[in-house]
Amino acid sequence: MSARPIATTRSSAGMPTQRLAVWWLIASEIVIFGGVLASYIMHRLAHGIWADYAANTNAWIGAFNTFVLLSSSLSAVLAHQAAERGDGKRAANLLYLTIAGGGVFLCVKAFEWTTEISHGMTITANTFWSFYYTAAGIHAAHVIAGMIIMGFVAQTAKRNLELHRVEIIGIYWHFVDLVWIFLFPLLYIAK
Amino acid sequence: MSNHAEAHHDDSHYYKIYFTLLVLLTISIIGPMFGHKHVTLVTAFGIAVVKAFLVAKNFMHINLTPRYVIYTITTTLIFMLLFFAGTAPDVMKDHGTNWEKPSWIAAQKAYEAGDLVGASHGARITGHGAGHGEGHGEGHEAAHGEADAAAHGGGHEGGGH
Repeated sequence: MSARPIATTRSSAGMPTQRLAVWWLIASEIVIFGGVLASYIMHRLAHGIWADYAANTNAWIGAFNTFVLLSSSLSAVLAHQAAERGDGKRAANLLYLTIAGGGVFLCVKAFEWTTEISHGMTITANTFWSFYYTAAGIHAAHVIAGMIIMGFVAQTAKRNLELHRVEIIGIYWHFVDLVWIFLFPLLYIAK
Repeated sequence: MSNHAEAHHDDSHYYKIYFTLLVLLTISIIGPMFGHKHVTLVTAFGIAVVKAFLVAKNFMHINLTPRYVIYTITTTLIFMLLFFAGTAPDVMKDHGTNWEKPSWIAAQKAYEAGDLVGASHGARITGHGAGHGEGHGEGHEAAHGEADAAAHGGGHEGGGH
């Protein structure tokens, strides 16, 4: 008798249950991020001065982080392809590369925030910076969560076990990338 | 693992999508440098939508999921639009038929006059006169509005008068 959880084998919904679950998760995440971004947009449109506040954000840092996340998404999808071919070791290595991408993203973010905070642009400075740190902070928390989960997935994938998980964490990671694709122009470009 | 064979692309397919995304990223950085509002909107936000579509279709393979997943995701996006449409008329205005946001009005006047400091302290400027901190608005007014409201025995949160 197999000890595998039923969620990894059942597909009554037309696809494996764990993949369905991650899509449900993403649907709920859209509501969370969508609410924050919609609130930001309506305040941004209502207040001309927010363009002056946004001018303090560094577009090149934002662009570099976009590049990092897009690159990590590439390694995540390549890991999925490797898992599809049954090459768990390559999948694990690519997942580690993706984790490294997340690490670079967070380091750049830490440097950026340190600079901004040292110049008085703190979360309590005004409403713009409240939105800025809240939106980017929630996103960074998702990056951290993804990195941790990906670490566990890579551990098992390395032994050619539970390779279906590679796709699942990949879908989540692409969503995190997708959120940043919208955060970047909102927080860094529109000045 | 994925059970839809269509997702099995050659790795080169994903490299092509990746380089396309990088080209789009470059355009979204260069576009706003022209300083033209419409160009910025198209290059920054229009391209963001295109990038999101490419990621969702080619990396997440959303097009290969059952139709109800796409409907569910679309529904959440529609809810986001409903939220915006339902709240923006109040949030984005500084006054209505029976209410106004004095801190916003003061901040806007200061901003239009080129007084960025005043624009950042709209609530402080009007807070005592109006007697009601908004807890919203420009610059430091969120904090000051609440402070002013507290100093006057509690303001009217959100809706103003």
